[in-house]
Amino acid sequence: MKTLILKTASDILLPVLLLFSVFILLRGHYLPGGGFVGGLIAAIAFVLDAFANGLKNTRKIIKIHPGFLMPLGLLISFSSAVAPVFFYDLPFMTGLWASGHIPVIGKVGSALFFDTGVYFVVVGVSLTIIFTISENA
Amino acid sequence: MSENIITYPLIVHLFFSIVLMFFWNKVKVQKIVTIIGNFVALGVAIAVFIFTWQYGTHVVNAGNWEAPYGIVFVGDMLSATLILLTAIAGLSVSIFSTVSIINARLRFGFFSVYHFLLLGLNGAFLTGDMFNLYVWFEIIIISSFVLISIGGEKNQLEGAVKYFTLNFFGSLIFLTGLGVIYGLTGTLNMADIAVKIQHVNNQVIVDVCAVLFLTAFAIKSAVFPLNFWLPASYHTPPSAVSAIFAGLLTKVGVYALIRMMTLIFPQDPFLMNLLLVLAVLTIISGSFGAIIQNNIRKVFSFLIICHIGFMIGGLGVFNVMALTGVIFYLIHDIIVKTNLFLIGGVIYRLKATTNMKMIGGLYKSYPKLSLLIIVVLFSLVGVPPLSGFWPKISLFLSSYNTGNYWFLGALILGSFITLVVIAKIWSEAFWKNQPELKVNKRFIFFDKLYPIQKWQFVTPIVLLAIFSLYIGFGAQHIQALSERIAEDLYNSQNYIDAVLKP
Repeated sequence: MKTLILKTASDILLPVLLLFSVFILLRGHYLPGGGFVGGLIAAIAFVLDAFANGLKNTRKIIKIHPGFLMPLGLLISFSSAVAPVFFYDLPFMTGLWASGHIPVIGKVGSALFFDTGVYFVVVGVSLTIIFTISENA
Repeated sequence: MSENIITYPLIVHLFFSIVLMFFWNKVKVQKIVTIIGNFVALGVAIAVFIFTWQYGTHVVNAGNWEAPYGIVFVGDMLSATLILLTAIAGLSVSIFSTVSIINARLRFGFFSVYHFLLLGLNGAFLTGDMFNLYVWFEIIIISSFVLISIGGEKNQLEGAVKYFTLNFFGSLIFLTGLGVIYGLTGTLNMADIAVKIQHVNNQVIVDVCAVLFLTAFAIKSAVFPLNFWLPASYHTPPSAVSAIFAGLLTKVGVYALIRMMTLIFPQDPFLMNLLLVLAVLTIISGSFGAIIQNNIRKVFSFLIICHIGFMIGGLGVFNVMALTGVIFYLIHDIIVKTNLFLIGGVIYRLKATTNMKMIGGLYKSYPKLSLLIIVVLFSLVGVPPLSGFWPKISLFLSSYNTGNYWFLGALILGSFITLVVIAKIWSEAFWKNQPELKVNKRFIFFDKLYPIQKWQFVTPIVLLAIFSLYIGFGAQHIQALSERIAEDLYNSQNYIDAVLKP
């Protein structure tokens, strides 16, 4: 699909959608949203770009192979789950919360890292699947 | 040392499977990492076993949410023993798979998925929550589906479809049962269910629910009449994969049955009779299936079904002695069945086929290897003093004492036919002269392998055979362990108290 309108729009939409996905990720702890939805929105941003500018261009933007995001995300989630075991001798997946209040993000806890991991895994999985399908099509 | 140690096996396998994903394309690195990972897992499993042996049942509340509201992981003697056996079988199969599976298949992330499978198994053995058990079952199914279909050969996909449909159907029934039990008791924690289900007025619905669970676990553990998927699928994937399936996947179903029968629905006469009938039919269908097959791996698949019947029946007899027999048999069976399929893989590497009509002269050309194999085969049959003999004493005696003569007869028949089948394999594949072998020039025979590769083939079998010998000659230790587990299972109040902390 090489239309001028989509091409122009996607150039603007890519950063906006990525920013929106981060917003969804951060608001997820108490409100609807979170890592899964955020990851899907980020994947949509790249898929839209791939439709408008071609797969090669999108791969150039991402730089790394999207499959690499899967273990990375899993590692982040995994660390947030085992941190209480190794540092505080609490059970697996106990929530740890920092005392301070950070502007924009709010209260930071291990749940945020877990969600961030999920975010990366979802981006990695959906982009790997979609890129593989569209390469073979 | 804190009780968190019982979740370490999960952490280890999850960690190594993530590490393996970072080396997606580097098969050589993956092979080294997976063996290291399984050694670490074995060490952790031994530590968990010693910890549980010394300090008794321990409970970890995941996320520090109190039971019965959060998910609990319960490390009792049964779980610790099964985790140890999983680690031993997992290590052996990982060594075997580094050489027996071609690199093209390993490149699809074989080892990463393999660690996920072991994670699922450990999780299923540890969890004290019904719904969490379902989740671990899903992890097991998804990873095993990847393992069974990796490579994508035609007959492999056929086996995979049969395997997947039936197991998925089992999950569906399991989930339905979960819905019913949650509606009845308002809880999913196993210990809490066990307390609350006694106060349910309508015991008929409780029985319905029990049958739903029984069907689900019977599909997973290949109990008659839901067993036909097993021999249709287990001979299709590479031997290393079917070894781990044979050793552990069906046993997860048996484990779930044991937990359910001892904890949630104890002493239910309807269920006990049902289990005994199913056990007799399972033994008969498995053993007669085995006797007519010519493919060695198919014979072994049917023998799995036959011996599942031994355990199910022991569970149906339901007293301390029978449960001792069941646990002992479970310990023996996991090790020996894993080994059988590894042996099937070696025979395939030696002769390029597993059809025993086309194989012969193994004893003449490989006497040392044949002696190793006969130890394993005799352990399976239960020639005294090898490992299969001891649990049968408890099973025979308890079924005789309680007057379950049908089950006793099936046990004798099953043992006898196992002997006949093994004798048939021995005389066909080992003593007969080698018939004309149609040789595919591209096939890499065992003799053409490097010495180190030969050792990678044989070491896991030796390792498991030594363990089988230990179970046979050190039977008093295993018997003491089984008795302790059986006592724990029979008096489930200890388990309930450990979880709910009254």
